[in-house]
Amino acid sequence: MKFTLSWLKEHLETDASLDDIVETMVAVGLEVEEVENPEERLAAFTIGEVLEAEKHPDADKLKVCKVATKDGEMQIVCGAPNARKGVKIAYAPVGAYVPGIDVTLKKAKIRGVESFGMMCSAREMEMGDDHDGIIEAPAEAKIGDPVSGWLGADDPVIDFEVTPNRPDTNGVNGVARDLAAAGLGKLITPEPKAIKGEFECPQKIALDFPEDAKNACPAFAGRYIRGVKNGPSPQWLQDKLRAIGLRPINALADVTNYITYDRARPLHVYDADKLKGVISARLGAKGESFLGLDGKEYEADETMCVIADENGVLGFGGILGGEDTGCTEETVNVFVECAYFDPLRTARTGRKTGINSDARYRFERGVDPEFIRPGIEFATAVILDICGGTASDVELAGEIPNTDKSVLFPPSEVKRLTGIDAAPEDCDRILTALGFGVAKSDPWQVKVPSWRPDVEGKADLVEEIARIIGFDKLPTQTLPLHNAVEMPKLSLAQDRRNLGRRALAARGMLEAVTWSFLDENHAALFLSANQLRSQGLILANPIASDLGAMRPSILPNLISALQRNADRGRDDLALFEVAPQYSGDQPSEQMTVATGARLSNPRRHWHGAAPKTDVYAVKADALAALEAAGAPVQSLQTTDDAPSYFHPGRSGALRLGRNALAYFGEIHPRVLKSMGVGGPVHGFEVFLEMIPEGKTKPTKTKPALNASEFLPLTRDFAFVVDETIAAEALLKAVRGAEKKLITDVTLFDVYRGKGVPEGMKSLAVEVKIQPHEKTMTDEEIDAVSARIVAKVAKATGGALRS
Amino acid sequence: MSDIENLERDITSKINAAENEAALEAVRVAALGKKGVVSERMKTIGKMTPEERKEMGPALNGLKIRVTEAIEAKKAALEELALDARLASEKLDVTLPPPDLPAGKIHPVSQVFEEIAAIFSAMGFDIAEGPDIEDDFHNFTALNFPPDHPAREMHDTFFFEPKEDGSRQVLRTHTSPVQIRTMMSRKPPIRIIIPGRTFRCDSDQTHTPMFHQVEGLVIDRESHMGHLKGTLEAFAKAFFEVDNVGTRFRPHFFPFTEPSAEMDVQYERVGNEVRFGQGVDWMEILGCGMVHPSVLRNCGLDPDEYQGFAFGMGVDRLAMLKYGIPDLRDFFAADARWLEHYGFDPLDQPNLATGLSR
Repeated sequence: MKFTLSWLKEHLETDASLDDIVETMVAVGLEVEEVENPEERLAAFTIGEVLEAEKHPDADKLKVCKVATKDGEMQIVCGAPNARKGVKIAYAPVGAYVPGIDVTLKKAKIRGVESFGMMCSAREMEMGDDHDGIIEAPAEAKIGDPVSGWLGADDPVIDFEVTPNRPDTNGVNGVARDLAAAGLGKLITPEPKAIKGEFECPQKIALDFPEDAKNACPAFAGRYIRGVKNGPSPQWLQDKLRAIGLRPINALADVTNYITYDRARPLHVYDADKLKGVISARLGAKGESFLGLDGKEYEADETMCVIADENGVLGFGGILGGEDTGCTEETVNVFVECAYFDPLRTARTGRKTGINSDARYRFERGVDPEFIRPGIEFATAVILDICGGTASDVELAGEIPNTDKSVLFPPSEVKRLTGIDAAPEDCDRILTALGFGVAKSDPWQVKVPSWRPDVEGKADLVEEIARIIGFDKLPTQTLPLHNAVEMPKLSLAQDRRNLGRRALAARGMLEAVTWSFLDENHAALFLSANQLRSQGLILANPIASDLGAMRPSILPNLISALQRNADRGRDDLALFEVAPQYSGDQPSEQMTVATGARLSNPRRHWHGAAPKTDVYAVKADALAALEAAGAPVQSLQTTDDAPSYFHPGRSGALRLGRNALAYFGEIHPRVLKSMGVGGPVHGFEVFLEMIPEGKTKPTKTKPALNASEFLPLTRDFAFVVDETIAAEALLKAVRGAEKKLITDVTLFDVYRGKGVPEGMKSLAVEVKIQPHEKTMTDEEIDAVSARIVAKVAKATGGALRS
Repeated sequence: MSDIENLERDITSKINAAENEAALEAVRVAALGKKGVVSERMKTIGKMTPEERKEMGPALNGLKIRVTEAIEAKKAALEELALDARLASEKLDVTLPPPDLPAGKIHPVSQVFEEIAAIFSAMGFDIAEGPDIEDDFHNFTALNFPPDHPAREMHDTFFFEPKEDGSRQVLRTHTSPVQIRTMMSRKPPIRIIIPGRTFRCDSDQTHTPMFHQVEGLVIDRESHMGHLKGTLEAFAKAFFEVDNVGTRFRPHFFPFTEPSAEMDVQYERVGNEVRFGQGVDWMEILGCGMVHPSVLRNCGLDPDEYQGFAFGMGVDRLAMLKYGIPDLRDFFAADARWLEHYGFDPLDQPNLATGLSR
């Protein structure tokens, strides 16, 4: 919302400076976004007078002028046709920046004649579009004065953000009221005078709504004005509108815009001779349409409040009028509408039609119902003043909505909610200045003014008082601590995420944060398209067509990111993300997952390149994240049943009992192909939330160290087993053969080929045996070996390789 | 006796002449081996008369000991020489670059989340969370956004396809729905922060469709805006790691707080840097206010009995301000160059004892 300083002063009698006004607006909650002060902007330009203007010796269209300026008499070459002796002009000296042509002036020689500075057009100073000649100041303008004062451009424009709770500040009078309450001056908004009608209003008004939609337009005031003369509005009105960025149209239209901004009161003026029969506010019907004032065709429906006559829909009530019944230069008789439209219906219609008008903006936030009558009187007065004519009686259909509302208010609430010690008399003064009625019963009974639909309870009044007193008066207080040293605050799940995250970064992976949504086609590679739909994971209004589905896995985002980086030359990269993924639209269907992906093209190195990533690298990643997050990794089982987006033969799951805590493996080549990604890519998904909570122990004591004084010994075994036997099964069998003595088993060789039958493989393990009470005899060691061989035979069918 | 001296002289000269361990070993065998000259002479002791033995015994034993020691000494000297020679041949070019491990990094958003958690933990705040996909009740209605109210339009909401009953889920537009979930499931006193992902259907230079917020909520019987101010000032000082931060509270509007405010911090821009605790300009960093009585009522709390405050801030923006990160959109691009440059070492775990950052 924009207004000029002089416009404000029509409502506020004040000596306050522009800076004070802006500062106070911010302090009371009217957030000033921009102040445009033409005086500052035009500071470089001063009044000069052309003393002589001779034709340029070498150019027909140029003149060589002698100009009286603040810098003395200057010679300036100028091409403007109106550069003539005696005219007062806008002088820009050498060194001045001319914004309209984006040039800092230098001493110049134009066709051989020296020129010092410039005489400017309106466009060159960005004061308007006029570029037909240099701008002319009034004859009485004094040489050396800033041009802004003489050219009607000394009025600062203030732009501020209107919050949805303050519809009253959509009018300059509302701003003035706040400033007056804050002690910046006196509110002097003139009360519109009633103008007596000289004849009965010939235009009949009807409100035609079903019972459940009566609130769409509860009140509609109208007035006929006969014999107006429309045309360009007077300069003061055009200047006002232009200053705040509105385009003057004609007097009647300009008056409605003026009152919209002056009093937050939208109006509409119809060419009465174009109306047929009764004008009515009613719900629209399917198939009805009209041509809007903005030149676009709009269709109405049965949810919308329309204004219609016997010919059909004329416009959307409170949003947009129609072209066919609008006022033109030829308009003689007009009908002025001043109505109240329901904010919610207006908002819905506005959204549906996409019309953003000043009227919609105000009606959907709530205009003052009590201002319907004063509003139409004000409009009549201005129209009669500018366009002449005679006014009819005011015709009012419906009833003005009742806005009577009182709040029981103990002034002690201010202290309770803000900590500010506000004296009751200050509270009274502030509320009264803002238009509230204060009855000092116990508690106070505060009557809310009709223009403040936002105020409903005590807290609202606290805000009114506190914001006018100023939030700078808030005390600074520390929250009392419940414990001298705070207890841990992270939940187990939060802690696990942080640990998993740092464990993966410590393995050389880069943490990424990617969108929660992705291309539906990519998502469908991880959860079927049908499931994406049935689980409610498709966005109705995605920001882009390739960000339309919630991610069922983080992998596709990381895979795409690997490719993007590879396209920039980074094809040896490991990324991870610890973040949510979604299996449905319910809270329980969101899960935080630590997911990683590696694209491996190790650089050459004299010392030997790093090994290329394979399934076991991502298995190690997954185990590292699990271990850091506190999973019992020794108890995990590896199974070969990862989801179908992994390579069927090169992937697995890490399970605790039946629960999968992680998947890992090579991404399925078909998935990569569908995503347009070269490969291979290896990835893992660690389901941190599936890790069971550990038992809370009564103490932090660690178990005693069991360090044997006897030397451990190692024995190697090579077993030939069937190709289908999982190494983990063999390792488990070996470990289980003698739980107390065997402290470590390392698989150091996997061999297929000569000496091992087709369809079989040889797995070689080193077993570390730790004696406890005494050194072991050869017989005892042999017995352990025999148990290992027997256990392996039983568990895997494997035998020692001969 | 002189022949023993001669023998010793002879062996000693051979020891001295030995050029390597093999030669020395030959000398040792020739002298002290089973059939070595010294050993042979030792064997004669048994056949000697007691008188001879008395004289020759110690002499031969002494010879044996001295020869043995001389050989040991020579052996040690030869070993030293051999080691020196080997070391001299083992010269490496130590300027060769060692194999390097890739350096992993923590994303700035994660880092700043942990920094914020460290600060608020110390002030007694728990950390609560909630779902990204929300229903209309938690995201809007319970937070005092009436249906069709223009305040809803301030949030460019992502919607899901409507269900059969007409309801539709939304992507939460703020972390505030977790306020509702917390107040409906827990009795006051409540002191929580709520970090998380938030979503708005908006994309330009300074807006991304997904971003991160941290929400705060305090509900008890006495906390007022003065406590809000004290808490947020303490936060700003700790977060920006400066001795003092000028703050300014301005009245504002949020449907779920009343009174509502925005907090500005004082700053100065020096080149590309934003410096807090100095300067004359104000930058808005968060919105806050007293929890609206309707919100308390919606959660079954009596606003005349309970009161408290809430605040919400953009984590990405705080990260940008603190660490001078120029463009919000880069946060989500997963560009390795950006992650390596702006990311944090996994060993840098924010805590207040060492200071939040290095």
